[in-house]
Amino acid sequence: MSEARLAEKPAEPAPRREIVFRGGGFLPRPRPLQAWLAFAALLALWQAATGFGWVDAVFLPSPLGIGHAFWGLAVSGELWRNLSISLLRIGSGWLIGSALGLILGLAMGLSSLSRAIGMPLVSSLYPIPKIALLPLLILWLGIGEAPKVATIAAGVFFPTAIATFSGVDAVPRSLIRMSQSFDLPVRSIIWKVILPAALPSILAGFRISISTALLLVVSAEMIGAQFGIGAFLLAAGNLMQSDRLMAGVVVLSLLGLGLGALLGLVEKAFLKWR
Amino acid sequence: MELIVEVKRHAYEQLTVLEDVSLAVRAGEIVAVIGPSGCGKSTLLGIAGGILKPSEGRVLLAGAAAADCLNPLTYIFQDFALLPWRSVARNVAFPLEHHRLDAAERARRVADALQRTGLAEFADALPKQLSGGMRQRVGIARALVVRPAVLLMDEPLSALDAQTRELLMEDFLDLLLRERMAAIYVTHNFAEALRLADRIVVLSRRPGRIKEVVDIALPQPERRGKAAQAELAELGERLWSLIRDEASSAEREVASV
Repeated sequence: MSEARLAEKPAEPAPRREIVFRGGGFLPRPRPLQAWLAFAALLALWQAATGFGWVDAVFLPSPLGIGHAFWGLAVSGELWRNLSISLLRIGSGWLIGSALGLILGLAMGLSSLSRAIGMPLVSSLYPIPKIALLPLLILWLGIGEAPKVATIAAGVFFPTAIATFSGVDAVPRSLIRMSQSFDLPVRSIIWKVILPAALPSILAGFRISISTALLLVVSAEMIGAQFGIGAFLLAAGNLMQSDRLMAGVVVLSLLGLGLGALLGLVEKAFLKWR
Repeated sequence: MELIVEVKRHAYEQLTVLEDVSLAVRAGEIVAVIGPSGCGKSTLLGIAGGILKPSEGRVLLAGAAAADCLNPLTYIFQDFALLPWRSVARNVAFPLEHHRLDAAERARRVADALQRTGLAEFADALPKQLSGGMRQRVGIARALVVRPAVLLMDEPLSALDAQTRELLMEDFLDLLLRERMAAIYVTHNFAEALRLADRIVVLSRRPGRIKEVVDIALPQPERRGKAAQAELAELGERLWSLIRDEASSAEREVASV
């Protein structure tokens, strides 16, 4: 039928029109040059604002002033004294909290009993701001390092436990059945299948727990410590030494960046299979 | 070595999926299991290899496996089930690691399995770098490395495109015939069943029962000829008429969740 109709009306070609391109866009590209320029411009503006006296240097010290204060702290050893104490607290608290969190998360992922007991506990205790426990921990553990480290450990424990649990819970059953079909012992299944498969989630948990540890170390040191970045910030604020205060903030920001970069390297080394 | 599966009944909670399914696989025999979707084919395979426990029934092995056999009943999975963080060679070595083998024997088995699946030059690649067909070759190599007596294959080609499927099926067949391995091959694809199987077990829809067992006398290497093709096509028609109605009603089923 269609052939017949074609035969009836030959010649006259149907009008043609070009389709309008409607794709494109929504493709973010990295623009490193602009990023650095904007950053530099912001710094320059800031420097100008204080340099020309538009803003009082006590309220907002200039970048150069902060750099000067930073240099002074670094040379006098004051920076290192405070930083090293903070690092020690973060390190020990993070290690303890992470180890316990890993153990509980793994247990909750593997055993129905620990999941039944642990899950409600973890979900009800996780939302407590851990710094609120510091006075209680001081009561329990006395003044000194222990309550600060314990606060950090408590803050790190929960995100690690939850990340480990969800990572273990999400391990594809097919991989576990495959291992069982080759008669792998349970210990090997955990070590060779479950933990590596849960590693991406565990490392994502570390990213959260590292920033939690930073937050808690500063808060705990502000509440009761002689040394440490938090105590240093508080003292500088009380003396209206805003350039030293800002230098301390810069140190914290660099510390956060550094730890994040370190974790990035760990992820790169262990997760290149993704 | 003979594998005997006797399932009286298998149920997931209230839902009976298999009823009175018995089948025996003799040494070197290739048995295909076909049936409408949801008829319990995969369940049957799980039971056969000891991965699922039948509600009522048992699985028996008669006779001894070869001396170098480390895992008589070995699966090849539909989704390949490779460990994505391990290289090809380390995936293939995976089922050997908990056995007491000296390093040389281990390396020899891995090299041999890689060689026979054409993966030798990809030993260090990661699964994500391979195509679907190559990934399933890794799955096959991992099965060969334990020198199985019976291969249990759950739709091993259904995650692959049609061309890869065709190529890999011929490789499967070569391997099975050359090594004289027995196999249970679960599929919904008639062409695969007709190409590979010595015997085709047709299951009914849920609860799966054995509807018919079809023996194919024609040896596999002779199934490529014109006359053989016609004969197999006829057989395929018959198989299709056996399950067409059930397949259509199974497909229209709404899950009761």
